[in-house]
Amino acid sequence: MKITTKLWATAALCGAVLTGTAHADPHPDAELIIEGELHLATRAAPPEHLGGVLPEIYSGWLFRTDETRTLQMDDFDNPGMLFAERGEDRWYTADGSAGQSCADCHGDPESLAGVRAVMPKVNENGELWSLQNYVNNCRTERMGADAWGWNSDGMKDMTALISLQSRGMPVAVQIDGEAAEFWERGREMYYTRFGQLELSCANCHEDNWGRMIRADHLSQGMSNGFPTYRLKNASIVSLHQRFRGCIRDTRGESFPEGAQEFRELELYVSSRGLGLPVEGVSVRQ
Amino acid sequence: MSDVRPRIRLPRSAKAGDVVEVKTLISHNMETGLRRDGSGEVIPRQIINRFTCEYAGKTVIDMDLQPAISANPYVEFDVKVEGSGDFVFTWYDDNGEVYTETQSFEVG
Repeated sequence: MKITTKLWATAALCGAVLTGTAHADPHPDAELIIEGELHLATRAAPPEHLGGVLPEIYSGWLFRTDETRTLQMDDFDNPGMLFAERGEDRWYTADGSAGQSCADCHGDPESLAGVRAVMPKVNENGELWSLQNYVNNCRTERMGADAWGWNSDGMKDMTALISLQSRGMPVAVQIDGEAAEFWERGREMYYTRFGQLELSCANCHEDNWGRMIRADHLSQGMSNGFPTYRLKNASIVSLHQRFRGCIRDTRGESFPEGAQEFRELELYVSSRGLGLPVEGVSVRQ
Repeated sequence: MSDVRPRIRLPRSAKAGDVVEVKTLISHNMETGLRRDGSGEVIPRQIINRFTCEYAGKTVIDMDLQPAISANPYVEFDVKVEGSGDFVFTWYDDNGEVYTETQSFEVG
């Protein structure tokens, strides 16, 4: 009897220590308030499709240092806003053979409020497109301009501007109906081990979030902050660039930004954060 | 980071004798002169090498900047304001260009 009790106590203690580490680590009391006015939720109830693998979903903001979190709370201090401002210049500047600017069709950038929250999205031809694909479609089909590279200055500026219009709106990607097959493949990829280190997305962001991977504090891998200003790059980083970095870190051969695989993964990863607000241009380490 | 653009943030209001926080940022590459391009050629240095601010005709800050300062230099400082006046901010580029921004400030 004594032995049994002791065993149970040990098991309970282990459980407490493990969950304790995972749960205490993201800054528990931090609140994301932009400019003292706009309150962005950084925690939400997990979406049903996760089946309880995460107790609560957390924005990556909660896992960063005090200094990095503070940068995002003030639009003047947030270096990502420089990109959004330049995006606004581009928005009103005609480009391409048709002599049209974004504003000629769309009016003010505010007209695209909500767009970022539902990306990636199945287009009218049944293909899954990211925001970048929609931007380039406008450029090549309507404006007669050259497509922007995924990591080009133009694309960074424009996606920063468009995302900012959805700041505060909950991520609301469609995962059923015509999106279902893409979502299933994205989910498959999320749980597939890559590279010499044989790591899947889930190994870090589902099994070990809240712990350190060497010097980095593992978040839940939520995508609501993207495109994000990464201090490490001193630039805007798209979600696909981040995916590439993650796969590279597994010592794997990565897909290029914009690949079908990454768009499907983007859909699945976004769906894990259903309910968290778009952070516009977030700031990360 | 191609185009250079200054940004300023001042408080909305202040009383005479208040110390106000001034935030400035200029988008600029701050090319160090230590990097090489794809063909091995040195990329010439081009940084903002000096920043000044005047308030109501008086210099409140005059600083030299060095190549180790990161892109988009951000400078924050406090100014004691005795009366209304113009803030004049000036950035000096290695290529000889001078960028100036002026903002009026009311002290009530």
